Amino acid sequence: MAFIDLREVSKEYGSRRVLANINLAVEEGEFVCIVGASASGKTTLMKIVAGLVAPDSGSITIGGQAVTGFPRTASIVFQNYSLLPWFSALENVRLGVESAFPEWSGVKQKDQAMKYLDLVGLGNAHAKRPGQLSGGMRQRVAIARAFAVEPQVLFLDEPFGALDALTRATVQQELARLCEAQKPKATVLMITNSVDEAILLSDRILALRRRVSGKDAATLSMAAPVTLERPRAADLLMHNEEAVRIRARVTDLLTSGAAKNRAERPGATLAATGAPVEVCSE
Amino acid sequence: MRTYVKNFLLSLVGIGLLLGLWAFLSGNVAKDLPSPLKTWQESKLYVVQPWDKRGEMDQGIGRMTFYSLVRVAKGFSLAILIGTPLGFLLGGSPLLARMFDPVMQVLRPISPLAWLPLGLILFRQSEPAALFTIALCSMWPTVINTMQGVRSIPQDYTNVAKVLRLSPWKQFTKISLPATLPYMFTGYRLSLGLAWLVIVAAEMLTGTPGVGGFLWQEYNSLIYSHILLCILTIGVVGFTLDRLMGMAEARLRAA
Repeated sequence: MAFIDLREVSKEYGSRRVLANINLAVEEGEFVCIVGASASGKTTLMKIVAGLVAPDSGSITIGGQAVTGFPRTASIVFQNYSLLPWFSALENVRLGVESAFPEWSGVKQKDQAMKYLDLVGLGNAHAKRPGQLSGGMRQRVAIARAFAVEPQVLFLDEPFGALDALTRATVQQELARLCEAQKPKATVLMITNSVDEAILLSDRILALRRRVSGKDAATLSMAAPVTLERPRAADLLMHNEEAVRIRARVTDLLTSGAAKNRAERPGATLAATGAPVEVCSE
Repeated sequence: MRTYVKNFLLSLVGIGLLLGLWAFLSGNVAKDLPSPLKTWQESKLYVVQPWDKRGEMDQGIGRMTFYSLVRVAKGFSLAILIGTPLGFLLGGSPLLARMFDPVMQVLRPISPLAWLPLGLILFRQSEPAALFTIALCSMWPTVINTMQGVRSIPQDYTNVAKVLRLSPWKQFTKISLPATLPYMFTGYRLSLGLAWLVIVAAEMLTGTPGVGGFLWQEYNSLIYSHILLCILTIGVVGFTLDRLMGMAEARLRAA
């Protein structure tokens, strides 16, 4: 069984089917991106994996344990930062550290929070409140908060969605750096609507999409491994052949093709490595 | 700065017009109404020596105001001590909110004049009865605003509590309380305004020293200019209290 393991997960809101028969297997230490258009059910899927929303059917396990609430060893970065506006950057990060390591002394908790703020380059701004920080800085604080609890599993819910393109690029690189530096490496599941972002950061890309004319529930439909060497620079996306190929492939999958989807084998699992494998979860 | 000066001058004009109307009415229409000048002459002693105590009901206006303020402070404290937890409780539990909503809607519009006799029956003394009345009449804005505040805590913050696995106590102190604070203060401001309204009625009926008690006593003694003095004092103090609470509220919102 894979580290993060979803079997036949479905979800409906009222009479609207959002997700249907999702199967997902993520190995320990892997960085997996799920790419999908807006309103494709990405966030719902993320919330289900993270135990924030219960699925209608199917099972989710992380590290062999069934997920019932937000897992102890996990942390999450939301698209809208979700910092507490009445606390300083440091206090925001520290709040997470306090509940993750209640046995630590106050000084040690504070040092830990400070260390991660330094890592995202906000050591000097630790006393500022979220309202006094730019969007990029806020998201850095949120990232520091997520990493400071030394998670085994990291959920990223469109973490760069609210940032402008330039800020986005720098914060992406910072996140990549933090992920690389972490020991042991966390297992990361990221939701995004940007294929480029997925290529830059992940080991494997999955596409989440609705099939016919957007009426049906979304299914996870393919795996494209990204074997590019790290660190990956942003200009790689323009020149590297593999990057260009992956992008074409994922984009094609997201934008077209119910016909293609029907040809996929049912019940296949996702391959972690090797040539791109078509996967379906019907 | 220019608009500030302009506003100040304009408000002076407004006050001047009111004084003019007052003088006109007292001179021509209502002969019993003392003119502004007469009011000032007869009240001068109470204003320039505000802390003098010449008798139980014959004290400077400052001292009388102080008595009333202490009484309001007590009643208001009682109101927010009961109202805030009640608001949190009702805000946090839709079941309780539905259960007590009709009760609240019925109790809310009851006048202090109606509560006071009940207080007197219950406590047999005027002071606790006055506090009972003030608390009971002024706590509703606190209850309702706190409730509203708790209900409108953004989902994002509750998610943060969930993913950081905060204990219920920490969730309350670090998230619910700070998120609700601005609403609570709006409630406190409205409650304080109401408490100040109620004090006059309470003092009138119980005859205790204070601005309201003094007002009623001077009516009975036919010293009408002192009634006007009391009315003006009540207005100015009420305005000041509201402004102070408004400032505290604004600070909280900015933070």
